Amino acid sequence: MVYFILKRLVQSVFVMLAVAFLAFSLFRFVGDPISQMTGVETSVEDQERLREELGLNDPFILQFARFTSDMVQGDFGFSYRTRQPVAEMIADRIPATLELGVVALLISLIVGIPTGVYTALRPRGIATQAILMTTLVGVSIPTFVIGIMLIFIFGVQLGWLPTFGRGGTVQIGGWESSLFTVEGWRALLLPAITLGVYQLTLTMRLVRAEMMEVMRTDYIRFAIARGVPMNKLHYRHALSNTMVPVITIIGLQFGGVIAFSIVTESVFQWPGMGLLFLESIRFVDIPVMGVYLVVIAFFFVLVNLIVDLLYVAIDPRLRVRDVQ
Amino acid sequence: MIAFLKRYEGLWLFVHSPAAIIAAIVATLIILGAVFAPWLALVNPYDLASFSLFDGLLPPVWQDGANPKYLLGTDDQGRDMISSILYGARLSLVIGMSALAIAAVLGVGLGLAAGYYGGRFDAIVMRIADVQLALPAILTALLIDGIARGVLPPSVQQDLRVAVLTLAIALSLWVNFARTARASTFVQMNKEYVQAAIMMGQHPVRVMFVHILPNILGPLLVIMTVDLASAILLEATLSFLGIGLPADSPSLGTLIRIGMQFLLSGEWWILWIPTLFLVALVVSINILGDFLRDVFNPRLR
Repeated sequence: MVYFILKRLVQSVFVMLAVAFLAFSLFRFVGDPISQMTGVETSVEDQERLREELGLNDPFILQFARFTSDMVQGDFGFSYRTRQPVAEMIADRIPATLELGVVALLISLIVGIPTGVYTALRPRGIATQAILMTTLVGVSIPTFVIGIMLIFIFGVQLGWLPTFGRGGTVQIGGWESSLFTVEGWRALLLPAITLGVYQLTLTMRLVRAEMMEVMRTDYIRFAIARGVPMNKLHYRHALSNTMVPVITIIGLQFGGVIAFSIVTESVFQWPGMGLLFLESIRFVDIPVMGVYLVVIAFFFVLVNLIVDLLYVAIDPRLRVRDVQ
Repeated sequence: MIAFLKRYEGLWLFVHSPAAIIAAIVATLIILGAVFAPWLALVNPYDLASFSLFDGLLPPVWQDGANPKYLLGTDDQGRDMISSILYGARLSLVIGMSALAIAAVLGVGLGLAAGYYGGRFDAIVMRIADVQLALPAILTALLIDGIARGVLPPSVQQDLRVAVLTLAIALSLWVNFARTARASTFVQMNKEYVQAAIMMGQHPVRVMFVHILPNILGPLLVIMTVDLASAILLEATLSFLGIGLPADSPSLGTLIRIGMQFLLSGEWWILWIPTLFLVALVVSINILGDFLRDVFNPRLR
C-alpha cells in the first residue's frame, strides 16, 4: 500500500518535471527573452550584460534547474504583455475556472450516471434509443455552438439569464466565489451546462457500457437464478461494481473540462484561466502560456493521484495484487 | 470468402439502417458541394470584386425583402451565404482531411513499429502517447499554434496559417491511431502467417505494411471516421476562437465567429445557416463512424 502510493508519487513528479521542461523550452527557445524585455534603444552591450546577469549564458541544465526551483518556490516570472507577476495573474483566475469546472462535472455526473444505468438496463426500449441518438447528436455539436444556442434561447429570446461575466462574486479569504450569490449562480448556469453537456454524454456512454458488461457476468446470473430482487440486484450488486470505472471517468474528464473551459470561457467572456491563456496565445505571451501549462498539469496529476488512491480504497482486489 | 461475407453483411446492415443512409447522403452532398464549390458558387468569397456591399444583409428567399438570386441570403459584406458556406466547407474539409492523413501516417507507422518490435521502442512510443493523451487535443493544437506564432517571422505567418493549423490538428490526433494500430499488431504478431513471413526472412517494413496492415484496417477505418469528425470540430473551434483562419479566407468556424456579431440583431441567417451546415456534417460523419464500429465489432450488436 505504502509502496503503491510512493510509486505513484514518483511517477507524478516525473510527469511534472516533463511538463516543466516543456514550459522551460517554450520560454527559452520561442522568441528571445532579452529582446522581449528590452526596447529597441537598448545597446547590444547592455543586452549582453543583462543576458549574463540573468544567467542565460549558463549551461542548459543549470538554467532548467534554476527555473524548476523558482517554480517550486512560487516564483513564476513576469508576463511579457502586462509586466505583472504571472503567479498573481493566474491565481486571480483560478477560482473562476475551478468553480465552472466543478459545477459542470457535477452536472455531468448527476445526469449522466442515472441515464447510463437506465439505458443499460433497458437496451431495447424506445426511450433508450431516443437517448442514445440524442447523445450522438450532442457529441457532434461543438461546445461553442451549444454555448451560442443557450445564449440565444435563454439570454436573448427569453431574457432569463445573463450571457457573460460572473455576476455577483463574494471574497472569501482571497477566493473570489460566485457560488454564494443568486446573481453568481444565474451567471454560472449557462456556462456550466455548456461545459457539462459533452462530459455528460461521455459519462453516460461509459456507465452504460460498464453496466452492460457487469450484467453479463456470472455472479449476476447466479444472483438472478438465486432470486435476488431485481432492484437490489441492479443497484446493490451491479451498480456498485461499476463505480471504479466511474471514478476513472472523473479523473479523465478533468482534463477535458479544463480544455473545453477555454472554449466556454471565450463564448461567455468568463474571466477564468482559459480566457487568460487565449489572450496570451494571441500576444505570444510565453511566460503565461508556460505557467498555464504547468498549473493545468499540476491539477491533472493531483486529480489522477487522488483517483488512484480512491481505487485502492474502493476495490480491495487491488490491495491484494499489490502485496503479491 | 470471409472478407466477401463481411462486406456483404456490412452492405446488408447499411441498407437496413435508415440513420446510416441519411447520414451518408448528407455527408456526400456536403462533400460534393465542397469539391465543386468553384463551379457551384455564385460568387467567389475570396475575390472582393465578385460581390457588392449593395447586396448586403439580404435575408433567405422565404423571407420578405429577399433577392431570389441569393437563396440563403447574404452577409454584411454582400457575400452570398451559399457560396461562403461551400468555400468554407471546402477549406474545413481540406484541413480536416490533410490533418487526418498526417495523423494516420504518423500514428499507424509508430503503432505498427511499436507492436512489431515491442520492448524499449514500444515503451518509449507509449509513454509519449500517454503524455499526449493527458493533454487534451484543443490544448495541444492551441499550444502548437502559439509556438508557431512565436517562432515564425511575421512575414510568412499569414501564408502558413493553413499549414500550421493542419499540423496542430494532426499532432493532437495521432495517438488514437498509434494505440489502435499497436494493439491490433500485437494480436496479429502471434498469428502463423506473420511468423511465417518473419521466418522467411522478409524485411520488417514489408511484414508490417504488406502483411499486417491489411489485416488491421477495420478498426483503423473506424478511428479514421470518428477522428475526421474530431478534426473538423477542432478546426472549427480554433477558427471560432480566432486562433485559426483569418476572416478573409473563412472556414465554417470563422463564418460562425463572424455570425456571432449578429446574434443580437435580426440577421439570424448569418449565424445559424453555417452552424447548421457544420453540425449536419459532423453529425452525419459521427453516425457513419458509429455504424462502422457496429459492423466491425459484432459483439456490440
